[in-house]
Amino acid sequence: MLEVTALDKTYPGGDHALRAVSFTVEGNDPVFVIGPSGAGKSTLLRCINRLVEPDRGSVRLDGEEITALEGAALRAARRKMGMIFQEFNLVERLTVMENVLSGRLGYVTLWRAWRRRFPPEDVEAAFATLARVGLEGFEGKRADELSGGQRQRVGIARALVQRPKILLVDEPTSSLDPRTSESVLRLIVDLAAEDRIPALVNIHDVPLARAFARRILGLREGAIVYDGPVEGLTDEALARIYGGAVLGEDAR
Amino acid sequence: MTAPRAWRRFTPGQTAARTLARLGLAAVVAWMLARLGVRWEWVADAPTQIGDLLGRMFPPEWAFAPALVDPLIQTVNIATLGTALAVFLSLPVAFCAALNTTPNRGAYALARFVMVVSRSVDTLIWALIFVIVVGPGSLAGMLAVAMRSVGFVSKLFAEGIEEIDRGQVEAVAATGATRGQLLVYGVLPQVRPVLAGVCIYRWDINIRESTVLGLVGAGGIGFALNEAILGLEWSRVGLILVVILGVVIVSEAASAYLRGRAT
Ligand SMILES: Nc1ncnc2c1ncn2[C@@H]1O[C@H](COP(=O)(O)OP(=O)(O)OP(=O)(O)O)[C@@H](O)[C@H]1O
Ligand SMILES: [Mg+2]
Repeated sequence: MLEVTALDKTYPGGDHALRAVSFTVEGNDPVFVIGPSGAGKSTLLRCINRLVEPDRGSVRLDGEEITALEGAALRAARRKMGMIFQEFNLVERLTVMENVLSGRLGYVTLWRAWRRRFPPEDVEAAFATLARVGLEGFEGKRADELSGGQRQRVGIARALVQRPKILLVDEPTSSLDPRTSESVLRLIVDLAAEDRIPALVNIHDVPLARAFARRILGLREGAIVYDGPVEGLTDEALARIYGGAVLGEDAR
Repeated sequence: MTAPRAWRRFTPGQTAARTLARLGLAAVVAWMLARLGVRWEWVADAPTQIGDLLGRMFPPEWAFAPALVDPLIQTVNIATLGTALAVFLSLPVAFCAALNTTPNRGAYALARFVMVVSRSVDTLIWALIFVIVVGPGSLAGMLAVAMRSVGFVSKLFAEGIEEIDRGQVEAVAATGATRGQLLVYGVLPQVRPVLAGVCIYRWDINIRESTVLGLVGAGGIGFALNEAILGLEWSRVGLILVVILGVVIVSEAASAYLRGRAT
């Protein structure tokens, strides 16, 4: 269970990116976060695993307060959260297998990481996860040889092989074409359901969110302005999230 | 009809200032030349001396070549081992000297200081120091080459580190990796091409530098050169210079080839 309470973040530049954001993710259903560009969606995810330091507020994962952790305890908490990125963020010059195995770094020593000597069960898990994302036989390819969709599948495998308690997914499809977007999103949702973990998914594309979501969080200027089932996402609610004037056809 | 419009790039005041500046510059150069203490009768004699020297060096004493094989191997070894040691030492220095990987300000300042010290002392001076510390020979030469190269290699390497893609490192951090794992898994793969290029480039420079180290007793072919000059064996000097030229050409070609392959 993820509990975010009164999370606040102002960047050094003065951008007030998050304003007293509170919500809870219970159960294993995915939660989709929508909102205009600059609303603070990425900041929200990054404050949860502390890639960005929140100024105030609390984040609890299964009861453990994340915002207070330092050093080894923070790393242990990060192992429980798998992150998937808009730009994939694979280590481009490493192989697919090395990228997937980086999801196990939290469990091995520096010496092992240096020599790429991961425990056999980790290697086994990596092979199995590659198969789950449909990349069987790709382990020896270098990440920069793959297509966008294939890269994102590697990103998904890297997150899943952590055996996380939650997936943090930041616009997983913004760098992909519409058809690939849908299959990648389907994969994330299905695999999270199989592993019985929730996913917090930032997304630009409202129709795509509607197609996959049951619960939607609407973020605008750093504040949550909608939190409810997808059925409640009326034109009026969309106008609240995106501002009335810019509500075009594609937002529906 | 309107009057033709006047245009000047500089105002009269600016023109006067520029003329003064030029006169001042000429005066400084003249003073420096005067302070050189040139002996003009010697300068006038130079062409004769060059002809004389070349005459004595030519033909080179080819029969002496076998005796140069060992010093030559030493020279290459000094450069190669010195470069390897420098690269090994440069890794931690570069990580501390790159703004995006340095652990703290203290380490950053220390790494920058190491770079400045390494780069401000010439290889020959390092060699003099190490000849005193570890005695004459190739070991002193290798250490001198390494000390001189650390600054160069770590500076370029740190610049490479500062240009990496942050996203790739962040993704590794998000898995719960330690600082060391971030460097090994997220940073090093990204800078490996830079590192390879810098190594090869520096090795090439070090081949040239290590040819003179023997002048101060730090081993290699420079040692043979020094002996030949002191013994006035000019045809040997000629041979040694030809050999040095050959080595430098070969190393330059090798490094160009390797650099082409490294990327
Ligand atoms: N590293 C940063 N430094 C300073 N300001 C930042 C930084 N990252 C984001 N911001 C600012 O914080 C605000 C929220 O940005 P954020 O990236 O969280 O929005 P977003 O909803 O993810 O937008 P998008 O849909 O474009 O990805 C923006 O005004 C942005 O300019
Ligand atoms: Mg974003």
